[in-house]
Amino acid sequence: MNMELSRRSFMLGAGAGLAGTSLGALGFGEIEAAHALSIRPFKLAQTKEVRSQCPYCAVCCGMMIFAAESKVEKGKMEVTHIEGDVDHPVNRGTLCPKGAGAIDYIKSKSRVKYPMYRKPGTNSFERVSWDFAMERIAKLMKEDRDANWVEKNRDGVTVNRWLTTAFLAGSSVANEGGWATFKVSRGLGLLQIENQARI
Amino acid sequence: MFTPVPNPTTNPVAAKFGQQDLIRRSASSVTAPAKRQTEVAKLIDVSKCIGCKACQVACLEWNNLTEEVGVNVGVYDNPHDLTANTWTLMRYTEYENAESGNLEWLIRKDGCMHCEDPGCLKACPAPGAIVQYSNGIVDFDHDKCIGCGYCIKGCPFNIPRISQVDQKAYKCSLCSDRLAVGQGPACAKACPTQAIVFGTKDEMKQWADHRIKDLKSRGFKNAGLYDPPGVGGTHVMYVLQHADKPQIYAGLPNNPSISPLVEVWKGVTKYVGLAAIGAFAAFGFLHHAVAGANRVTAEDEKNAERLTEGQR
Amino acid sequence: MASLGPTFGRGAMTNSWTDIKNADVIWIMGGNAAEAHPCGFKWVTEAKAERGAKLMVVDPRFNRSASVADHYAPIRSGSDIAFLSGVINYLLTNDKIHKEYVRNFTNAAFIVRDDFEFNEGLFSGYDESKRSYDRSTWEYKFGDDGFAIRDMTLQDPRCVFQLMKKHFAQYTPELVERVSGTPKDKFLKVADWVASTANGERAMTIMYALGWTQHSHGAQNIRCAAMIQLLCGNIGIPGGGVNALRGHSNVQGITDVGTLTAAIPGYLALPTEQEPTLESHLGKRTFKPLTPNQTSYWQNYHKFYVSFLKTQFGANATKENEFGYNYLPKLDGIYDCIKMFDLMHQGKTTGLLCQGFNPLMAIPNTNKSREALSKLKFLVSMDPIETDTARFWENHGEFNNIDPAKVQTEVFMLPVTSFAEEEGSVTNSSRLIQWKWKAADPYFESKTDTEILADLFVRMRKMYEKDGGKGKEALLAVDWSYKDPLHPTVDELQIELNGKALTDLKDAEGKVVRAAGQRLATFGEMRDDGSTDGCMWIYTGFYGPTGNMAQRRDNADPSGLGVYPSWGFSWPANRRIQYNRASADPDGKPWSERKKYMYWDGQRWSGPDVPDYVPTIPPDRAVGPFIMNAEGVSRLWVRGLMADGPFPVHMEPFESPVGNLVFPKLKGNPVARVFKYDMEALGTSKDFPIVGTTYRLTEHFHYWTKTVHANAVMQPEFFVEMSEELAKEKGIKHGQRVRIWSKRGEVKGKAVVTKRLKPFKIDGKTVHEVGLPLNFGFIGETKKASPINSLTSAIGDSNSQTPEFKAFLVNVEPIAGPVA
Repeated sequence: MNMELSRRSFMLGAGAGLAGTSLGALGFGEIEAAHALSIRPFKLAQTKEVRSQCPYCAVCCGMMIFAAESKVEKGKMEVTHIEGDVDHPVNRGTLCPKGAGAIDYIKSKSRVKYPMYRKPGTNSFERVSWDFAMERIAKLMKEDRDANWVEKNRDGVTVNRWLTTAFLAGSSVANEGGWATFKVSRGLGLLQIENQARI
Repeated sequence: MFTPVPNPTTNPVAAKFGQQDLIRRSASSVTAPAKRQTEVAKLIDVSKCIGCKACQVACLEWNNLTEEVGVNVGVYDNPHDLTANTWTLMRYTEYENAESGNLEWLIRKDGCMHCEDPGCLKACPAPGAIVQYSNGIVDFDHDKCIGCGYCIKGCPFNIPRISQVDQKAYKCSLCSDRLAVGQGPACAKACPTQAIVFGTKDEMKQWADHRIKDLKSRGFKNAGLYDPPGVGGTHVMYVLQHADKPQIYAGLPNNPSISPLVEVWKGVTKYVGLAAIGAFAAFGFLHHAVAGANRVTAEDEKNAERLTEGQR
Repeated sequence: MASLGPTFGRGAMTNSWTDIKNADVIWIMGGNAAEAHPCGFKWVTEAKAERGAKLMVVDPRFNRSASVADHYAPIRSGSDIAFLSGVINYLLTNDKIHKEYVRNFTNAAFIVRDDFEFNEGLFSGYDESKRSYDRSTWEYKFGDDGFAIRDMTLQDPRCVFQLMKKHFAQYTPELVERVSGTPKDKFLKVADWVASTANGERAMTIMYALGWTQHSHGAQNIRCAAMIQLLCGNIGIPGGGVNALRGHSNVQGITDVGTLTAAIPGYLALPTEQEPTLESHLGKRTFKPLTPNQTSYWQNYHKFYVSFLKTQFGANATKENEFGYNYLPKLDGIYDCIKMFDLMHQGKTTGLLCQGFNPLMAIPNTNKSREALSKLKFLVSMDPIETDTARFWENHGEFNNIDPAKVQTEVFMLPVTSFAEEEGSVTNSSRLIQWKWKAADPYFESKTDTEILADLFVRMRKMYEKDGGKGKEALLAVDWSYKDPLHPTVDELQIELNGKALTDLKDAEGKVVRAAGQRLATFGEMRDDGSTDGCMWIYTGFYGPTGNMAQRRDNADPSGLGVYPSWGFSWPANRRIQYNRASADPDGKPWSERKKYMYWDGQRWSGPDVPDYVPTIPPDRAVGPFIMNAEGVSRLWVRGLMADGPFPVHMEPFESPVGNLVFPKLKGNPVARVFKYDMEALGTSKDFPIVGTTYRLTEHFHYWTKTVHANAVMQPEFFVEMSEELAKEKGIKHGQRVRIWSKRGEVKGKAVVTKRLKPFKIDGKTVHEVGLPLNFGFIGETKKASPINSLTSAIGDSNSQTPEFKAFLVNVEPIAGPVA
């Protein structure tokens, strides 16, 4: 049996019983009417939908992300709901408990909102500007690179390496960001580079 | 694979059922619709369930529910019971099958069964607080709920829970808002292994047959469908590996039925006003007149004694 | 992937998620797909429900994969090689192998050098003082023509097949039971189901993950699995394969792109200091065929390398300067995460940048890691969420006991966009590259990883330009000619990954086949004269002249085999099943109608997939189906490609409740690298009699979701799983708080007493094992817990340096107080 056809006809059949269910005539109002009956309005109506992927494991399930204007940050779009993408050949609309709760990750209480800085020996982070943070990091890195740069090894072979700063690359960064990570870290001469492949 | 319902649209869609499709309304009557809608059902195949709790999370997210972070008490079941925010819950049972010598980890998704003959609705004294649509959904209208808790006692499956915040009863709505626009329930959509599927009740019975055949071929000779006749059948059904022993699945009732006391209670409601019911409820008195739940605790026993005294 | 590469030629999942539905037998061992990959696992339940497939699970715990399995067999953590060698022996002694496949598509017929030996668990060439092998005797015997000698009858006593029979003979079912604790009947059922697929009619897939890799002999666990699949003829066919299930969404992509200590994108190698010139580097890696006619695709290494250099250094890469080869840093050793933290612990490291990485949680031996982080001058955490690492200096009582006043590390916590707030391509476990579109705006002040790194790089280069400094030339040689240097676009970066023609590319007749500036369609177009760029040859074509293939969303599957050829782009060259030439027999005919996939149609190789073969080479040319290998065939014998042996050998974990019952002289892996600190931090079975193993719970993802409310609700608190027998022995009640400690540290959690764990009988002795979920820490919404890696040891696999998280020794005791 072709379940999809059967399902469509089932839904049509269910709708056919209603008097005057013309979308053009009734529009959203009909859903408001349903609300009065304790059936909630359909919360995805009139949101913006985008296809994305789950950030967690390497099944990379297809996701539909629904967004609307942010209630917290004026003028920005924020995620209002996430569910699986039925068109995706692997997950066929399903999501696991992590994927199904991914909106709680986006809105986690632990999200970092601003650059934060902790001075040596202190007991708290303080909010700083991006410019302060990046200037300070660049300065610290240059100091270390200049102090520990190895241009040639004992045999006089050019080795151009910097061994005293390390980089742990994230396995959830997209390929393009991953390439930028490679280009920058190798460009600086780093050899202590690792990602989560081993762990 | 049971072909999933296509993706939802963000365009407004007219509701596919509504007021005119009600077939029952608590403590009141309705005009029967001219034509009953096709009955729907959710089929939960325990043999395919991996206990991942995607259904629990999807339910929370879709229904905008926030549950408290609890503790571990030595089991995987979290939260430990259904609550006003947890409308569905995985219950885990380690079962040693004496016949095969194998350990089986039976994981059952608990929640509202959407009975054809709903005990909650019958026990409910508040007009219109519980309704049943002709497609089989049993839904709560929280605006009309008075928080008396009789629905819990009327339920042979012990499902509804009273919110400590607004003192109203809550349970699974079968995602009536999703169904209204032609979508299936959020839990069924999320379920990674299609242990939960959704469709018309007839389709679900056919699909269950298909699954039961597979289970029998793997040696589960008592595999079968759980669609208990004592409540007129349900719109949430289970495929069980051991359909002859529903109780091993975390106490799924063998033969659920509505307590006869619910009928007694219905008699009482004819004579007292709703305000009085609220007062009675506060006393926790008549609350126990419909002590039909399957799980009898020490507290229940005590209350039963008080009840007998009260009746004298 | 340190074993799949040496065996098959490429180190990645062989088949795809959707292909699992074609399996007749599914074997999950060294992984727990139902819990770690639920939505991929759907294709297992699908194979069961619609194909009648059988699922078997071998694991120390009866886990949620086992809950839907047809057969479950227990195994003591760390004894997988014994079990798997038992299966190999069963197949060989019962003659349950796919003979034609083995003869033609593996190196079973190759003759090994006369001076190769194997004695008491050690191969010839062992040097105890160096803890390493001289691998020269593990090579084939070569004829005067320079090609390897073969005996296609497989009778020569020095051929790989005969050596194999001899090597595995001692792994009897009785030995497996004695070493692994698997009851003989349960083991034999597994072996029998495996054998049922050794015929070209039926297929078995093996699904594994870190349960196999995270051992000091992890790569050899997987080697065993690869060998079993070759003996059964299950590689290259639908429903077959050795499927390495990757853990993080883009760990495949981020590894492809070379963010590992010794790597360059596309599995090229970073130069070592023994390779002073480009020629000296390339010379070692341009593999000539070992038997006549073979493709030996790595012969093209130099084209890919030069194209990479052209992307890294742009106009600064010229023929005269060896395309900038000497600007690259050169290795004097490898710097994996264990080495990294050991150096940091020795105070040799100044700074650490963590990009979506929480090493305080993820690195073995947390107490060592915490001390190591405290010695840094600066730490940068780039992450959407606060990590335990970013707050390592903060006192959280017993869960992170530290005095902030004594920590002089400067710490930066930079807000990064979440997955929903950025776009780009992501490569899933089965090499499928797919696109994600941006759904929302960056949260508060968060920026993308690319923006942060671009800012850092541009700032530092300006500092060097202005003030000078060491290594200025190499730093400024990097090509950073993006339209807006502070905001390289995803499009610009994707073009660099794909590669393009830098001048008009002409064929032999002088006809322009690719105009200057055009993106390349395949890596076959890459050249070694500097006329093409492209930093990652294996992805070439994913953004070819016809457009962005990663964005393709046509989910049609004409063959019905779950191929989905027009959905995204699967590297290499959009192949969905690797080595698929092996789905047909040597004459090019399908092994069976049931397993029909790629076949010779008289003109070319056809079928639903892209052939993993030159499409027009006819079968009678006898070119092997494993085109990356210089032999043209797969390797049952890996020559010198692995550090710890050409064949697997049973090795115990470094911490084990028993000695090595097969080779009593072996202690752990004899060639694993062990640092002094870590050797001294090993416990013995006298003090720590219980085996501990760590794993993820399905409700959580690593250390992220403890900060995610819904997931914290689902599993709110750290626990330890133990058998009823152990609980009784220790007087532990269900739900009671317990203390678990190893030589390295301790954790406390609730006891989950379960029938799903049973004590093992190992060589007559009762051995208990406890299960320790890894997802809890001191930051987030779950109840605070000490990091699980407080218990684990920083000893890694000799090939991959993957830490031994899956088998170590602990002890357990109840904590007085009320039960939960």
